[in-house]
Amino acid sequence: MPKEEFVLKGTSACPGCSASLALRYVLKAAGPDTVLIVPACCTSVVQGMYPNTAVNVPVVNVGFATAGASASGMSNALRALGKKTNVVVYAGDGGTLDIGIQALSGALERGTDFLYVCYDNEAYGNTGMQRSGGTPLGAKTTTTPLGKPEVKKDIERIVAAHEPPFMATACAAYPQDLFRKVKKALSIRGPSFIHVLAPCPPGWRYPTEKSVEIGKLAVKSGVWVLYEREYGQLAISSPSRTALKNPIPLEEYLAPQGRFAGIDPKTLDILKQRIAKNLQRLAREESGVC
Amino acid sequence: MFEIRIHSRGGQGGVTAARLIALAAIRDGRYATAFPFYGAERRGAPVVSFVRIDDAPVKVYSQIQQPDLVFVMDMGVMDVVDVLHGLKEGGTVVTNSAHKHEFAGFRTFNIDLTGIALKEDLVVAGNPILDTAVIGALAKLGIITIESAKKAIAEMFTDERDIKTADDAFREMTV
Amino acid sequence: MLTVATGNKAVALAVKQAKPVVVAIYPITPQTEIVEQIAQYVSQGDLSARYIDVESEHSAMAACIGASMTGVRTFTATSSQGLLYMHEMTNWAAGARLPIVMANVNRAIGPGWNIWAEHTDAMQERDTGWLQVYVSTVQEAYDTTLMAFRIAEHNDVLLPVMVNLDGFLLSHVMQPLDTVEPADFIPPLHLPHTVDPKNPMGYGTLTGPDEYFKFRWDIERSMRDSLRVIEAAHKEFFQRFGRTYGFTEDYRCEDADVVVVSMGTLGKEVEVAVDNLRNEGIRAGSMRLRWFRPFPKLDLMNRDVVVIDRDYSFGFGGVLAHSIQAKNRTGVFSVIAGLGGQEVTYDDIAGFVKNRHIGREYWFGVSDNV
Repeated sequence: MPKEEFVLKGTSACPGCSASLALRYVLKAAGPDTVLIVPACCTSVVQGMYPNTAVNVPVVNVGFATAGASASGMSNALRALGKKTNVVVYAGDGGTLDIGIQALSGALERGTDFLYVCYDNEAYGNTGMQRSGGTPLGAKTTTTPLGKPEVKKDIERIVAAHEPPFMATACAAYPQDLFRKVKKALSIRGPSFIHVLAPCPPGWRYPTEKSVEIGKLAVKSGVWVLYEREYGQLAISSPSRTALKNPIPLEEYLAPQGRFAGIDPKTLDILKQRIAKNLQRLAREESGVC
Repeated sequence: MFEIRIHSRGGQGGVTAARLIALAAIRDGRYATAFPFYGAERRGAPVVSFVRIDDAPVKVYSQIQQPDLVFVMDMGVMDVVDVLHGLKEGGTVVTNSAHKHEFAGFRTFNIDLTGIALKEDLVVAGNPILDTAVIGALAKLGIITIESAKKAIAEMFTDERDIKTADDAFREMTV
Repeated sequence: MLTVATGNKAVALAVKQAKPVVVAIYPITPQTEIVEQIAQYVSQGDLSARYIDVESEHSAMAACIGASMTGVRTFTATSSQGLLYMHEMTNWAAGARLPIVMANVNRAIGPGWNIWAEHTDAMQERDTGWLQVYVSTVQEAYDTTLMAFRIAEHNDVLLPVMVNLDGFLLSHVMQPLDTVEPADFIPPLHLPHTVDPKNPMGYGTLTGPDEYFKFRWDIERSMRDSLRVIEAAHKEFFQRFGRTYGFTEDYRCEDADVVVVSMGTLGKEVEVAVDNLRNEGIRAGSMRLRWFRPFPKLDLMNRDVVVIDRDYSFGFGGVLAHSIQAKNRTGVFSVIAGLGGQEVTYDDIAGFVKNRHIGREYWFGVSDNV
């Protein structure tokens, strides 16, 4: 991994922020000829306050619902000028799964040449952890104090329905995997999408030093599966391939997180069933059954 | 100022006819505007289009209340619309018909536009297209010159039959 | 070259000649003809722009913003609901100091669904930092669209410009159009804050209470500077192409006892009313406001003023009437007419003048108003 840093000292990130860690790897992979497009999200604040910035590529802050559309405009203009500059969106789950889904869908459908990275901390983090479409079943947020009664929106299958040339999942706990996927995404013309799980210490209510550990538990329990889909061909990535041979119980992932404290057995059972179903679906797809 | 109101059905070319008349008048060195009244019409619904021709720039945008001439491109429209509404005393009515219709107090003319269009096989989506024949007929009435009418058609269309139908209408129109 | 065109086609033609690099548009009645015409120019190779078929107006403006940040010329068009839907991003475009040009085909706002002319859509954009100009003929729509690029992109302005034309009344009316060869009338765009990976900066970053207001003041300073830039553009346009434009179009105002102020196509209808009133011995004049932002100084001293608003601000009044009252410290007879395409004839306008009552508001066609 290159030594050059594009996320410099002096960010306003919370201690243990895995979204900022993921951004560090994303930009190391993308390199200096990159424009980062950021809709309203934690990164709007993390990058620093005028007149300073802690990010060493141009960062264009855009309207909450507009990441996909803003990137469309920028990518088209740069390509018209004959420039190969990477156009990378770095958006949260609210800006991707909820308010920005229309612009994302439009940009994917139009074949925009860009990479959309959604870092998913499973709630509206910047405003203090309110429920989003990315919040999982049973998780407590400030607007679901009893735990979210609905399941997490499956943005990956929504994105997959647009048939982008490349899409993948990742997690900051697996930097090499994330780095490689960003490189690959940017080597392919057209739209690509990477869904990054971003454990959040204050939001998920776990100690700040445990972000990497929580990310690893997510993969080891199968609640988060690392994979990539290139031109429709699915491949489970090696950390998940290894982990899924002998997955740990889901409880080991949930227990350190305050947001799942007191989860009832019925909800736990539904979560487990959904993980099993998802793994089955991915296995079938990888083996070419569906 | 000379004001024309055209009654047609969506798809017949009433709006285009109005635009052709305006363009021909401009080619005659005069000023003109053409505009349709847009309701929520769909294909087949009655449509009204307007043309104003003057020797000075036309500044009026409101609808024509008292036309000098009414052109009825579809006789069936007369069952649902009062085509003579507001027509000036002694004004002109032109109907698309093989037979003459009399309207008391008005100068009346008839011309079989549909027959002319069908003869040239000018049919789009099952509708005979009548716009170029309309301006041939109006040229005969001296509202525009036939030369400018043909210039206007040549500017807006590439099909030679369009000019031919205007010529046919000019010839067949009896004044 | 003398030809004919509708208002929409005239705008599209001017855009083609201005050669934008990116055009992002979403269709809406009665603007759609602009979308279609530009798409056709691009597909025929008459305009070598990137045409982005966005999925909404909000995204249309966002895409123009993204493109404009790379320093290229951009254009979009909309109307009514579409303009309201992009409202968040129109603010963003001005705040980001991007010289985007947009045609807005003025149309009423639902409910009920109404596709006909009204200015309330653009009035709701008046505080966004966009320059706004209202046109009254096909020729003016074309000429003003060309001027809009020059004005927006001027280094002392760098603010977006909205060219307003009345739905159907102008967008769909066919009139004579004398086209020009703009050549270097629109100089190349040099955006000083173009995004450049070789010089990485943050754009639109978090800006605190000690800094934010300075950027707001900068917008206002440019808005004030734009008065001079607009005037220069008018002058240059006249010198090159021979047609005269001002902040207003004044007709028989010099010796007028009563002046009717209006915007858009109504202003032309007013001129006919003025001629008729003069024939009756009433010394009337017409002042058609072209530039609404920046709002110019109007010469309305020592005469009666009748203002026709094709818009309304509920609980307040006609926006134009109140703007004039505030800026000119003069009483006006405020007429609200033409909402949602309501037919307003020159005879109606002559009636407003004859029955004027300075200091009062009158809703045309409504019987129980004061």
